[in-house]
Order: sequence, then C-alpha cells, then structure tokens
Amino acid sequence: MLEPVLTAHNLTRRFGGVVAVDDVSLEIRHGEIHALIGPNGAGKSTLINLLAGELTPTSGTIALRGDPLPRARPHRRARLGVGRTFQRSNVFRDFSAFENCRLAAQAWLPRTWALHERASRCAVSGAAATRALAAVGLSARGDVLAEALSHGERRELEIAMCLATEPSVLLLDEPLAGMAAEESQRVLELLRQLKTGRAILLVEHDMDAVFAVADVITVMANGAVLASGSPQTVRNDVGVRDAYLGEPI
Amino acid sequence: MDVSILLIQILNSVQYGLLLFLVASGLTLIFGIMGVINLAHGSFYMLGAYAAFTLSALTGNLFIAIALGVVLAVAFGYLLEWVFFSFLYRRDHLQQVLLTYGLILIFEELRSIVVGDDVHGVAAPAALAGSIPLGTTMTYPVYNLLISAACLVVAALLFGLLRYTRLGMMIRAGASNREMVRSLGIDIEFLFRVVFALGVALAAFAGMISAPASSVYPGMGNQVLIICFVVVVIGGIGSVPGALVAALLIGFVDTFGKVFLADYAGILIYLLMAVILVWRPEGLFRESAV
Amino acid sequence: MRRVLPLLALLALAALPAIAGKFYVELVAKIMIMAVFAMSLDLLVGVTGLVSLGHAAFFGLASYVVALAAPDSYTAANLWTSLPLAIAASALLAFAIGALVLRTRGVYFIMVTLAFSQMVYFVFHDTKIGGGSDGTYLYAKPEAKLGDWTLVDFGDSTQFYYTMLGLLILTFAFLRLVLASRFGHALAGIRSNEQRMRALGFNTYAYKLAAFTLAGAIAGLAGYFAAVQFGFVNPEMLSWHQSANVLLMVILGGLGNLFGAIVGAFAFILLQDLFSSLTKHWLLLMGGFVILVVMLLPGGLTRAGEAWRTWRMPARDA
Repeated sequence: MLEPVLTAHNLTRRFGGVVAVDDVSLEIRHGEIHALIGPNGAGKSTLINLLAGELTPTSGTIALRGDPLPRARPHRRARLGVGRTFQRSNVFRDFSAFENCRLAAQAWLPRTWALHERASRCAVSGAAATRALAAVGLSARGDVLAEALSHGERRELEIAMCLATEPSVLLLDEPLAGMAAEESQRVLELLRQLKTGRAILLVEHDMDAVFAVADVITVMANGAVLASGSPQTVRNDVGVRDAYLGEPI
Repeated sequence: MDVSILLIQILNSVQYGLLLFLVASGLTLIFGIMGVINLAHGSFYMLGAYAAFTLSALTGNLFIAIALGVVLAVAFGYLLEWVFFSFLYRRDHLQQVLLTYGLILIFEELRSIVVGDDVHGVAAPAALAGSIPLGTTMTYPVYNLLISAACLVVAALLFGLLRYTRLGMMIRAGASNREMVRSLGIDIEFLFRVVFALGVALAAFAGMISAPASSVYPGMGNQVLIICFVVVVIGGIGSVPGALVAALLIGFVDTFGKVFLADYAGILIYLLMAVILVWRPEGLFRESAV
Repeated sequence: MRRVLPLLALLALAALPAIAGKFYVELVAKIMIMAVFAMSLDLLVGVTGLVSLGHAAFFGLASYVVALAAPDSYTAANLWTSLPLAIAASALLAFAIGALVLRTRGVYFIMVTLAFSQMVYFVFHDTKIGGGSDGTYLYAKPEAKLGDWTLVDFGDSTQFYYTMLGLLILTFAFLRLVLASRFGHALAGIRSNEQRMRALGFNTYAYKLAAFTLAGAIAGLAGYFAAVQFGFVNPEMLSWHQSANVLLMVILGGLGNLFGAIVGAFAFILLQDLFSSLTKHWLLLMGGFVILVVMLLPGGLTRAGEAWRTWRMPARDA
C-alpha cells in the first residue's frame, strides 16, 4: 500500500447557496497518478483550489503527510511541497520561458536579502530551470517570451514551472487542454516518469489520456464523489456510466 | 456635556455624514460599475457649490438655482462621460489616476478663470434663515435641518431607484459583476453614462445644498474627495448601503473627535480606517473572495 | 546609441557648474533630488506594480526631521546623525503604513495610500509640531564634518550640486543592483503575476513590504536634501499634490527602468517652470499636458521610440 501524501477528509466548500464541493474525501498517494474526472461544473477546479490553498474549506480538513494543513495560504503550501498548475495558463507573460522557470526555482532559495547577487548568475536556480525545461521538452524555446509561445507550449511551461519548485505533490489542472496529440503524448510520458518519487493529482477531460496513465480514478459530479478506484472499477461502475461515460468503453 | 450641546453635535454628525454619503455613493458606484478610479469626483462637489453661488446670484432664489444646477450637472456628467471618461475604462488604474488628476487641475483653473478664487458665502432663503431653540441656551440653524432632510430624501430616492426599478437592478448587478451584465446584452454604454451622470448630480447637489451652511472655497473639492475615499474603503467598493454606514460613522467620529480632541481630530478618521483595514481589508460590506 | 546617451548626459551634468550660472546650478540640483525621489517611487510602481498615491509622506517626514533635528533654528545639525535619523524615520513610517496598506489590492491600495499620507499631512498641518501650516525654517544647513575639517559646505551651491550628483549616481547604481538581484526579480514577478508567485511559494506580502520600506527610505533621503537646499519645510511637501507630481514624473519618463524616473523629473520640473512663466493659470496647461502624455505616450518618454514604431505600423494580433 503506497503511502498517502495529500489527503482530504470531508471537504466542503459553499459559495452562498451553491455547494461547489460536497463532502469530498480522497487520497493522493506517493508514486501514483490519481486522476480526477467529471463533467464541467463538477467542482474539480474548486477542489484543486482548496487543496492548493487558494480557497478555504467551509468544512473538512486537508492533511499533508499526516499533518493537518491549517488555513495555510498558497505560498506556505507551495513551500511545503504542494505544486500546482492552472487551468488557464498563468505564466509570467513578459518573461522568457527560461526566466519563468528560474523565477519558480528561486522561490525556495535562502538569502533573499542578498541584494548584491545577480539573479541571472544564480547557479542553483539556473540549473533547476534548465532541468525543468528539458523535462517538458522546451529546452530550445528557453529564450522565447512566454507571450510568444504557442498555446501548447505555454501549457508545457506551466508544468515546467511547477517542476522547477521540486514539489512532492503535483496538482495538475487540465494540463493537456488544447494540446496537439503529439504534445499530449509527450506530457503523458513525462507524467509516467514523474510519478516515481511524487504524488500526482491529474484533473483532465481527455478520457483516453486518463485511462492510459492513471493508477486511481475519482469521478465527481455536482460537487460530490460518484465513484473512486482503479480504472477498471470505475469503467464498470454503473452509476458512473449513467451519469457520465454513457456507453461502456 | 449638556443635552442641547450633545443634540447639536449629533445633528451636525448626521448632516455631515449624509452629505458625505451623497458624494461617496456616486464615487462608489462609478468604481463598482465602471471600475474607474476618479480623482476628479471631489471637483463635482466644488463645482456644484460654485454653481449654487453663481446661479443664486443670477436668479435670486436658492431653490431655483439648485434645481437648475442639478439639471446642468446631469447634462455635464452625461457629456463628460461620453467625451472623456469612456476612454478610461480600458486603461489601467495608474493611468486613470493621472488622467483624472489632470482633470482636477483643469477644473480648478477653469473655475479660477471664470469665477475667481475668492471664498464666497451663499445666503440661505429668508424663510429658512432663522434658528430654532434647543434647550434653554442653544439654537440650531433651520437651514442645517433642511440640509439633512434634503439629503435623507435624496438618499431614500436613491435606495428606491436601486431597489425597485429596472435601471436600479441593472446598476446593482453591474456593481457586483460587470462582466456578467455585459454578456447579458444590456446596453452597457447607456448604463455607464447614466451612472456617471447620477454620480455627478449627487456630488453637485451635495455641494449646492450645503453651500449656505459652509463657505464656498477653492480647496473644498479635494478635501471632500479624500474623505470620500475613506468612506468607500470602509464601506466597500460598489456598496451603497456600505457607503451610508461608513459616511455616518465618519460623520460621528469626525464631529465628536473635533469636540474632544481638537488638534488631533483630523487624523481620527484615518485611524478608524486603519483599524477597519486590519479587520476587513475589503470594506465592511464587501464579500471577501476566500 | 542607447549606451552613449546616458554617458553624455552624465558628462553634461558634471560640467554644468563650470558653464552655467548659480540659478541653473541650483535648479538642476533640485531636479536631481527629485530624480532620487522619483526613482524610489519607480521601485514601487514600475518594478513591483504598486501604485502609491502617498509617497510624499516619506519624503516630507525626512524634511521635517532635518528641520527639527537642529538644536535650535540657528545651530546646525550634524549630517552624520541627522541623515540616518531622517532615513530611519521615513523607513519606519513606510514600514508601519506599508504593513497596513499592503493588506489591500488594486483600487483600494491606491486610495488607502492616499488616505494615510493625508493623515501624516494633517499631523503636521493641524498640530504645533513643525510649526503647523506655517512650516519651519532651517536657518543653518547641516554640517558635514570629520573632526574639525568640513567635508562639504552645503551652503555653497557648487559643492551642494556635486554632492547631489554623487547621490543621484549612487542611488541609481544601488537600485540597478537591487533590480538585478533575486529580490528585484521577485518584485518583477509580483508585478507580472502575483497569484502565480504565491502559488510558487513566494511570500508576496513580505516582498512588497520590503520594497515599500526601501522606497520610503530612499524617498526620505531625497526629502532630507530637499529641505537642506530649500531651507524651509512646510506641510505642502507632504501633500498629495506632491505625491501626484512624483507619480507623474515616473510615468512621464517611463516605468521600470530607472532612467525614466530621472528623465521624467527633468522633464516635469522644466515644464512646470516653463508653464508657470507663461500664465498665472499654468495649472490648466499642466492638466492638459498630463492628459496628453498619458493618452499618447503611455510608455513614457524613454519608450518614445517604441511608441513611434507602434503608431507607424498596423496593429498586430495580440
């Protein structure tokens, strides 16, 4: 049994009268890709925002490696090793791809007050950025402004920035959205390599990708969990089929 | 403090608070709906006061002057939005700040050229120029009571407009979610123009109606502007009820502060703002996102 | 070409006292002080993206400190004690105000910075500290002595001028260093996308507060020498008109590159002098000028080349 890294217990989040996340519990385990699927409006992005600390739960708890996370703000959670990507590319548009990753890698470095040390000469963050870009296949595009990258490349940059912080948990919010087939394959292969040594939560709409790469799948609808388990179990779950998948795959 | 003095201070607080509310409500609506930070809003108050001075000298009757003034203010606001402010919506806050600052300079100088820089008084109508007795030794000017009454009526009308009319509903919707209103196909340009004209008219009216009670002087616009900013910060952007509560709160704090603390009274409202910022950075009536 | 211009400007500045009269020497010294003030604001607005409409509070506080630091109006203060004191006071005020205002964002932030600087204005305007609305004089300039030897005589226009030139160069170099450091890059990241910075693990509040305090300290440095040169301090040095003016200088010159702040200070003050010599109602011209600059040259004078290119080329797809 793989060790759980990030767990949510009975998470609920209300916005006024709307219950966006309804009593959701799940475990993201070390060495696993845990996929989260469901129709639009199911509450997946809200759940990621809760796990990442952008939103506080109305009730329920979140624990990282067994320690409960207090109402920790995003930057604290990131420091604790929770990395995330955004559904809509949220990069630094006026920086180059390399600079984006370098800035990400810098977040953890000590001695921020060292005003006399040039950022561009910082070996540690530079190396981390180079590694991150290489992992997603953007090494050749390092000097290009993020604004000038193609949509797919920007999604890859999102992942690279997350990697540059060397997180132990990755929360990926629809990383494949808008990507061409070849790029998607590259990213899926990357995820397979990444899962050793990390825990990954993957929110996605692309069913083929999900079933190809996930170790565990949780299905959400209307804010609540419909089913959760191995891809086989979920595929055969009648409730899921009715609500979401339609025809048996 | 004896009862009649207390009563006077309470009446003063309410009057000041209500006047602030009229000016600040326009400001908060313009922020909330159009997303524009308008430093020139205080100038409308100042222009209203000078208009009351000029028009009542011309017509001989304060009320006619005020009625005329309001009509002029609405027309002016409508035109100003069309010709200038509509270009500000797409600009970032820094540019809006500087553009409206330029506008203040222009308004101040135009007023200086047309009417001069003198401090003026405006006479209250004879029927209202008296005072009523409060207790055995104190009196209170009748006109000041009229100011409060008039502001209350306008405030009630404003709330009625916002709550019970279609226009009001669109305004409230726009104040809480601009994008949504746009996508609902509502004629957003017209709405913006109306809101702006309304804001200008409210500020100008406040300037006009209070002119007989306080003097009309060049710096009055800037002074009221900054306090209105405090009102909006405390009340929450886009919230008219918030502006009312905050304005009255400030009215009381400032008036009683002057009684008890003399020299340091000026900084009290900023301290109040500081306290509220620590507790609720988005204002009293603003829903926080997290 | 771009590297040559600043060097030429530097040479011109260095040579000025030899060729121009006292009036111009004093005017340019004043402009250089304002340039330091403007650069401090550029750190906030141009680099970190924090639009502060209350920066004059830190400038003015330092001015009052040097005026009040003299034992009495006729004895000079000591530079070595009064300058650090003034800068520390401004930094402390910036830290205190920053801790509160940085809890807000966007439009709220602009308004509360204005409101707090008004509070500081009222403290000096309404109370007897520093002479109320009348202000207070500095009858004797601070002494910069080492033992018995006077290093610089601030009363001498030329010596004062060169000291200000040195100050300008040092501040510029220091801020360039800051911008190139990891700290500076983080500030730029906050300006670009604060939410992302937080998601990456940066404590953006702490960075912003540090920038706010540093900017306040440098504004204090400028305010100190402004008082020394002028010999008189009054609440207007803390007024929001002063805050708006320095904001205008930065946007006039161009945000974020520090050169813009210097160019903007020169342009603004020279234009102010020009307009006021044309008419009594020069604020009308200034208001119109402000509007034109923001509308037509949003990138400022130092990016005028880019603006020109954009006008001449058809619009590209974003």
